[in-house]
Amino acid sequence: MNNNILSAILSAEFAYSVIRVTTPLLFCALAALVCNRGGVLNIAFEGCMLTAAFCGVVGSAYSQSLFVGLLAGLAGGIGIMMLMGYFNLILNANVVLTGIALNTFASGGTVFALYILCNDKGLSTSLQSLAFPTVNIPLIQDIPMLGKILSGHNVLTYVSFLFVFLVYLLIFKTPLGLRIRAVGENPNAASSVGINVTKTKFITLLIGGLIASLGGVYMSMGYLTWFGRDMVAGRGFIGIAAQNLGNAAPVPTFVAALFFGFANALSNVLQTQDIPSEAVQAIPYIATLIGLIAYSSSTRKKRLGRKVPRRRIADGL
Amino acid sequence: MTKSIAKPIKTPKEVEREFNLLRVLVGMAIALFIAFLIILLISKTPLAALESFIIGPLTTLRRIGNIVEAMTPLLFTGVAVCFIFSANQTNMAVEGGFLLGALGATIGATVFHLPPVLHPLVCMLLGGLFGAFACYVPAILYVKFNSKPVVSSLMMNYICMYIALGIINHVIRDPGAGFPASYTFDETAQLARILKGTHIHAGILIGLAVALFGYLYLYRSRRGYEIRMVGKNMNFAAYSGMPVNTVLMRSQLIGGFLAGMGGAVEVLGMYTRFQYQGLTGHGFDGILVGIIAGYNPAMVPLAALFLGYIRVGADVMSRMNDIPIELVSIIQSIIIVLVVAERFLYKLKHRKLVEVAHKELAREEVAAHE
Repeated sequence: MNNNILSAILSAEFAYSVIRVTTPLLFCALAALVCNRGGVLNIAFEGCMLTAAFCGVVGSAYSQSLFVGLLAGLAGGIGIMMLMGYFNLILNANVVLTGIALNTFASGGTVFALYILCNDKGLSTSLQSLAFPTVNIPLIQDIPMLGKILSGHNVLTYVSFLFVFLVYLLIFKTPLGLRIRAVGENPNAASSVGINVTKTKFITLLIGGLIASLGGVYMSMGYLTWFGRDMVAGRGFIGIAAQNLGNAAPVPTFVAALFFGFANALSNVLQTQDIPSEAVQAIPYIATLIGLIAYSSSTRKKRLGRKVPRRRIADGL
Repeated sequence: MTKSIAKPIKTPKEVEREFNLLRVLVGMAIALFIAFLIILLISKTPLAALESFIIGPLTTLRRIGNIVEAMTPLLFTGVAVCFIFSANQTNMAVEGGFLLGALGATIGATVFHLPPVLHPLVCMLLGGLFGAFACYVPAILYVKFNSKPVVSSLMMNYICMYIALGIINHVIRDPGAGFPASYTFDETAQLARILKGTHIHAGILIGLAVALFGYLYLYRSRRGYEIRMVGKNMNFAAYSGMPVNTVLMRSQLIGGFLAGMGGAVEVLGMYTRFQYQGLTGHGFDGILVGIIAGYNPAMVPLAALFLGYIRVGADVMSRMNDIPIELVSIIQSIIIVLVVAERFLYKLKHRKLVEVAHKELAREEVAAHE
């Protein structure tokens, strides 16, 4: 049995599936990264992704256009983030409790709307929604092992890789990124040099919402081809953890997301073996807890008399 | 002159308290108003739907019983949230703790065989300890590793779910049940029904006792004061010599214990075997109850009653009309954001505070002239 597992893990299919399940985590982690840098890290990504997944399916089903579906998904997800901004930044509401409220809203609201539209509380399979195509990369697909792993993914998977680079450019190489980081590190100092803090935070939320929404759209229009009740299943939280583990830097965050993707894919493989599936399904969440400990002990922050041994960029949640 | 002195002027603190209450009430009113609007817009039989939503829960004894049954577990998770959030810890493992508590009670009620009164007590104790474990993990991660409890407690909820389902499905599953469920509980372990024609069980009394205990502990004892002080200002608490880490751990362990007890009471009172298939949502409902109650356990029964009422109302409506029960989630989320939004009704509060200050000044001036 052990040999079975080992050969399953060392196969190209397994590596392929790691990348496949990493995609939504990576999108969410990058969104959390941008928000963390801008000082607006929150837990509403879960609801943002869920809403985007739902709106994408509904938009594409009613227009029969992938582009409209994408736009609808982005609009839905960004809408949740803008609500987050309104309540947190304008009405001064606690960020975690607002996040809980928005996640509850997204979870209940999508099922509510699903029931109104399809008379079904579980799946959207009665809607003729579209999905993003998979792409074969010309040269790479001919390389023996690597081709199987890297080629033939959903187009959004490649977009997620692209976004690692784009987020790096945005945060570190553009004036906007500088403003975002300034506001995130010290809003008072940023305000004193004439940066509009609230506006910058809203822009940060907008960008974060856009990236996370892509992850949500991927869930219902790539990873699966329908919308299912609560289909995001904690990925929004794992994305935040990946970003914590990566200390809000693009490449380490990418690696952390891959790690959680690996745990996820591993649990999928092990489920086919003779192991209680519950033990295996818990792996990504346990891995996240361990990751949080690793992150915290490496960047121990001063709290009540403790010394500060190392530079700390991001606060985490 | 004596007239104006006879009528005492409110202190700013009283104004603050009054406005917190007002914000909760206005928040609930707005949420219900939006819910009514949604019903009117979507339902094909809006008036019938509204009627069953508002009056439905009171029409039969069984439905009134349903309200009490729905509020019983919320008393436990609501008070648990009061303890945890009073210490300013956003530990949401109450959700997982509730399920683990149900698991603990199931183990107690199927494995042990004890005399009637003792048996449910042992089950509740076991459930409480299981629930405390759920909250212990995020708490210790914060105290020892300084990892904030938000993400860790959310992860813990999923871990608790898989622990509970794993043990039910592989260790104490009853193969004769026909669906994934535990063996049936011993009759000695089940909580007594206290009203004929309903499922209201002794748990409501235990829950009310827990709310009373929570109030006395948090607001009338030294240790409760410590918890609230650590929650308000950790540095100040540390500076005045309070053992901050111990207080943090204590608040969360008590909270987890109560949540677990709630899970135990719920399964022992409402079911004859463990048959949950996933997280139950009682923990997050407890957060809403705690927020409405202003983290004061004395107000938890009222808040739980409100939530139980709209739950049953929405349930009646979803069964008789075309509005799904998920409407409740929308109401809940609107209430949460409006109650926690500090700036909501801020202008009104500000005006009131200024008015009070003016009166105070005027009185001082009069006193100086005399």
